[in-house]
Amino acid sequence: MWTYLSRRMIQAAFTLLIITFISYILTSQSADPMAQYANRPGMTGEQKERIRRSLGLDQPLHVRYLNWLALVARGDLGTSFFSKQPVLDLILQRLPMTLILMGTALVITVVLSLILGIIAAVKQYSWIDNLITSFSFIGYSMPVFFVALGLMLIFAVQFKEWGLPYLPTGAGIWDPSDPAQLIWHLVLPVSCLVIISTAGYSRFLRSSILEVLEQDYVRTARAKGLKGRDVLLKHALRNAALPFITLLGLDLAAVLGGAVVTESVYAWPGMGRLFWEYAQRGDFPVVNGVLLLTSAAVVVMTIVTDIAYTFVDPRIRLS
Amino acid sequence: MAADTAAASVPGILDLKSAETIGPALTPGQLVWRRFRRHRMALLGAIGLIVLLLFILIGSVLVPEARANEVDVRNKLQPPSEAYIFGTDSTGRDIFSRIIYGGQISLAIGVLSVALSVTLGTLIGGIAAYYGGWVDALLMRFTEAMLAIPQLFLLIVLSKYLARDIASITIFDRSFSGSVGIVILVIGLTSWMSLARIVRANVLALRELDYVSAARALGASNARIFFTHLIPNTLSVIIVSATLGLANSIINEAYISFLGLGVQPPTASWGSMMQAAQSFIQRGVWWMWFFPSLFIIFTILCINLMGDGLRDAFDPRSGRRA
Repeated sequence: MWTYLSRRMIQAAFTLLIITFISYILTSQSADPMAQYANRPGMTGEQKERIRRSLGLDQPLHVRYLNWLALVARGDLGTSFFSKQPVLDLILQRLPMTLILMGTALVITVVLSLILGIIAAVKQYSWIDNLITSFSFIGYSMPVFFVALGLMLIFAVQFKEWGLPYLPTGAGIWDPSDPAQLIWHLVLPVSCLVIISTAGYSRFLRSSILEVLEQDYVRTARAKGLKGRDVLLKHALRNAALPFITLLGLDLAAVLGGAVVTESVYAWPGMGRLFWEYAQRGDFPVVNGVLLLTSAAVVVMTIVTDIAYTFVDPRIRLS
Repeated sequence: MAADTAAASVPGILDLKSAETIGPALTPGQLVWRRFRRHRMALLGAIGLIVLLLFILIGSVLVPEARANEVDVRNKLQPPSEAYIFGTDSTGRDIFSRIIYGGQISLAIGVLSVALSVTLGTLIGGIAAYYGGWVDALLMRFTEAMLAIPQLFLLIVLSKYLARDIASITIFDRSFSGSVGIVILVIGLTSWMSLARIVRANVLALRELDYVSAARALGASNARIFFTHLIPNTLSVIIVSATLGLANSIINEAYISFLGLGVQPPTASWGSMMQAAQSFIQRGVWWMWFFPSLFIIFTILCINLMGDGLRDAFDPRSGRRA
């Protein structure tokens, strides 16, 4: 187990190194941070040159990469080009809002899809299974922005027009520290995320439960007279949960990255929008910081998932 | 109750009567086709896709491209009517015609980027498995690194990276924004990873089989073993993954165009039409949002249904359930 883990750690470190390389090379060529000074009247070439130098843009790419890497190794993600704040502070400012949005959505999604997946699998080919399966198939095929804009159109725009109580679009100014306002603003983006991911999750759960229900040991459990509920909850579900853990582990990591599309439609001040706003302006330190942090979370969660496996399924030995 | 449903799905003696065990011997290809045909939903998906293709093909013969890009500010934001059955957008362009031409672009981007990602995935996965050692380690760490970065982040950064200078391209006397080519590259370069892992696992298993040793003993070159023995035997996985990948590519095109990094005007795509819709949704302009989405969802749904059917059809174990 320990040799396995240490090997995985070394691999993960190497993977992270490649990630820093990919992200640094791509981002540092993706936009020109000097573009916003282009139309500034009265700015001499000399002044621009000084700004370029102060941002470190005059150095060759590999030098900049190595400098950045040395900084990251010390736990410092650098300073934003434009807001002049440390990148880590910027990220920590946005993190709570992202965790609230993504965390709420994930919890509701897991509960809802467990219920739907179990019902669909147990009542296979009944009308309710057909209903759930069709819903999840259609939901699975919908782009997030379709749902995001659709919910906004119906519950924010049309409800207002019809004189009904309506939900906010997120466009106005509001105070996130007030719980009532926070919940009110959470409803639409969370529903949007829940609709999309529940579709995929419940489909996945249904098929893995069905697969387990076909196995001999389940038939044995039934044959010896165990109640249907016990067979399902104590025998089948535990094994069906195994592939679900992988899915959940990766999604837990994705929570950090926020949701670019949903956050930008509902003007939610989370990590996805932080990335999107700063990527457009060519603020590389911030973009690289967010990229590195979210990818590192994925790498770490993959290992954590593997370890979690051994607890749920004693048959699996890490080697 | 639960016992009933389980009994029905447990393979029993009855299953022996399934047509695959009686009648003349069939080739694997015929078996796959037969199972696919029996998969009602998959067939429905295939028919839906054919209808969609016909709509776009016949549509582009009947409706001139000029109509799709014709700006007419006097008629902007018209709700659906007889003259404009899907309404008009914010510059008075006919949404119906734009859906036809946008569909061409969206589907073309989907198909070409899948071709790119399948080629990359097959080669990288195949080479990693075949050569093993440090080649394998390096390629797999690279694959893991690409997988760990959230795909939308990767799409954003890569399309900004490639989109620094765009020229128009002219194909068949029609001029497209060069962004179309970039979107194909971006999607192709960011979606080969899972296929690479699947192909690698498959080739690793196949490499140890006797017929490969036999081929090597007969003096077959590496390339020959790779392309005539290993890859054809992973073809079923590749086909299924390409089909489902097509759905993802079309959605990804929609995402990056929705964020304004994809297909640039005047060329329409379903995704860029959605982007145009975003700023008008708060004014209740539902038709700019509804119709492009309807086509995206219909397409993705049909492709997913087909992909599911293909996966079941290629899976030898699924025969007993058919």
